Amino acid sequence: MNKVKELPGEAIVTAKQSPSIGNSVFAYIERVRGGDMGALPAVLGLLVLCTVFAIARPAFMTAINIANLFTQGAAVTVIAMGLVFVLLLGEIDLSAGFASGVCAAVLAVTLTNMGLPWYVCVVAAILTGVVIGTVLGTLVAKVGIPSFVVTLAAFLAFQGLVLVLVDEGTNISIRDSVIVAIANKNLPVWLGWALFAACVALYAAVQLIRARRRAKRGLVADPLSLIGARVGALAVIGGVLVYVLNLERSRNPAISSLMGVPIVVPVILVLLVAWTFVLRRTAFGRHIYAVGGNAEASRRAGIGVDRIRISAFVICSSMAAVGGIIAASRASSVDPNTGGSSVLLYAVGAAVIGGTSLFGGKGRVLDAILGGAVVAVIENGMGLMGYGASVKYLVTGFVLLLAAGVDALARKRAAAAGLR
Amino acid sequence: MTPLLEVRGIDKSFGPVQVLHDVTFAAQAGEVTALVGDNGAGKSTLVKCIGGIYPIDGGDIVFDGRPVQVHGPRDAGELGIEIVYQDLALCDNLDIVQNMFLGRERRSGLVLDEASMEELAAQTLDGLSVRTVKSIRQQVSSLSGGQRQTVAIAKAVLWNSKVVILDEPTAALGVAQTAQVLELVRRLADTGLAVVLISHNLNDVFAVSDQIAALYLGRMAAQVRTADVTHAQVVELITSGRSGDLGIAQ
Repeated sequence: MNKVKELPGEAIVTAKQSPSIGNSVFAYIERVRGGDMGALPAVLGLLVLCTVFAIARPAFMTAINIANLFTQGAAVTVIAMGLVFVLLLGEIDLSAGFASGVCAAVLAVTLTNMGLPWYVCVVAAILTGVVIGTVLGTLVAKVGIPSFVVTLAAFLAFQGLVLVLVDEGTNISIRDSVIVAIANKNLPVWLGWALFAACVALYAAVQLIRARRRAKRGLVADPLSLIGARVGALAVIGGVLVYVLNLERSRNPAISSLMGVPIVVPVILVLLVAWTFVLRRTAFGRHIYAVGGNAEASRRAGIGVDRIRISAFVICSSMAAVGGIIAASRASSVDPNTGGSSVLLYAVGAAVIGGTSLFGGKGRVLDAILGGAVVAVIENGMGLMGYGASVKYLVTGFVLLLAAGVDALARKRAAAAGLR
Repeated sequence: MTPLLEVRGIDKSFGPVQVLHDVTFAAQAGEVTALVGDNGAGKSTLVKCIGGIYPIDGGDIVFDGRPVQVHGPRDAGELGIEIVYQDLALCDNLDIVQNMFLGRERRSGLVLDEASMEELAAQTLDGLSVRTVKSIRQQVSSLSGGQRQTVAIAKAVLWNSKVVILDEPTAALGVAQTAQVLELVRRLADTGLAVVLISHNLNDVFAVSDQIAALYLGRMAAQVRTADVTHAQVVELITSGRSGDLGIAQ
């Protein structure tokens, strides 16, 4: 038998030297060129949009508007975070918007009409989401109806369900101070800074400990300079945001002061950290990626594919419930249109614009936040420019198409690069 | 020497169609046993019966001298039988380590134990003298066909398996990569595993196998030592079920 020749350009597997920061940057550029764009389009888009709006309308970059961006985009972003799980499997949930509406209606009915304490109502709303997700997931995984059809049916049915819950179109107002505070009140200035410091310290600690452990075992570890750069970037971006949000936003500070980080921001941060941990550090998360990448291979590896599918839908609908609660808080009321109109498409758009693939297997929870920011900036900036709903819809639709196009082209490119 | 894996008189039908008739087959530890046969001869079905994907209708599976029941892929895995399928069964969007441990991830508490998985994967690849991947944290989508096949084989070896069954491992590969994979197959047997190689390519079969088992229309035509037969005899066994005094009696 012929001796195998070493193919050119292929190094030995156990190259264990630590990569330098230059290498890491180079590897990143290689990845992007190979079609793995990740969050790059969203970040670039965000920068371009913010620059354009800041120049065209100076009001865009004011503290009050930036704080508005967060509360405006929060509900869609949270729904998008849940959608990432379903999209990772290559499925779709078209009902997430109205699922959030149903859950918000459950919240409003239990809170205002029944007068139950807020925490009971929140649990009821999220449990509603869990039930919805279980039903949808079971229909997709066990019965085998395509998710597009199941959730399209649910999309229609839930519109009716919201109408039933809110008594044919009445508006239920929410007065509970805790629920209203979520999207309308801010953290004290000191707490904002403390939270910021804790986040940066925690991130640095996690990165350092991991690099140290890997280095100790002789595995390739991130160099200190790269960790420093990451932590530094987080500190600068987070620091600037916290600083801006802690500025006085009230037109008349003598009467009422308005400053601090909106409460939704830490809520989203907690969800981001928790779900990122689940996806990146647990076997369950690994299996979600595996099923999205190759369901048959996962089945042969002994993974319960149906169970993974159902849980992804449960996570999606429960996150929709959280999004519904935030939407209800922001509007201080629930009506038949809560979670309706453009909410779902914005949420899918947010996830895809952020870099989650519609073909499954690729995406992060952070993508939903970046994409959510893009969607919120477009909505907000176009509003400031004085454009009506028509132009907003057109532009958002175009951006969504652009993002999906980038995804599809990147996939083609990755396939070409993979078969070099 | 008793074979490590032996199947005796296996019958298997799908509805009215009987696919395997009284098939007997054996694989020795430390040897490559090639399983050959034309399309539809029942090679894949036999393998899937051994791997527990199809239940058998009759006959015995004997592993290491004792009869065993294989009711599913997990049973086969526990015995130490690993099958590397034709269509690879790798997830493109995961890296090499993640693929090798797929479904059997190591954990410390709730969290994945990435470091020890990476170490073990590197050891296994080193043990197989695999030197053609840049990093074991590389995504599988960026690997060549031969490298993917290598990862799939390494995945099967990782679990202290005793029998590795390879379903057409070189079917989609180029010349250099085929040689690479065949060398790996030989090395597996040399480390003491019983390797079953399903192949259409007689050149490959003669290059690496110690024994050849030829299936003909669901019957075992003959299982012979590779050194005792010629290329032409094996072709006859595959196409007509007999060759001289070898094969199915008429």
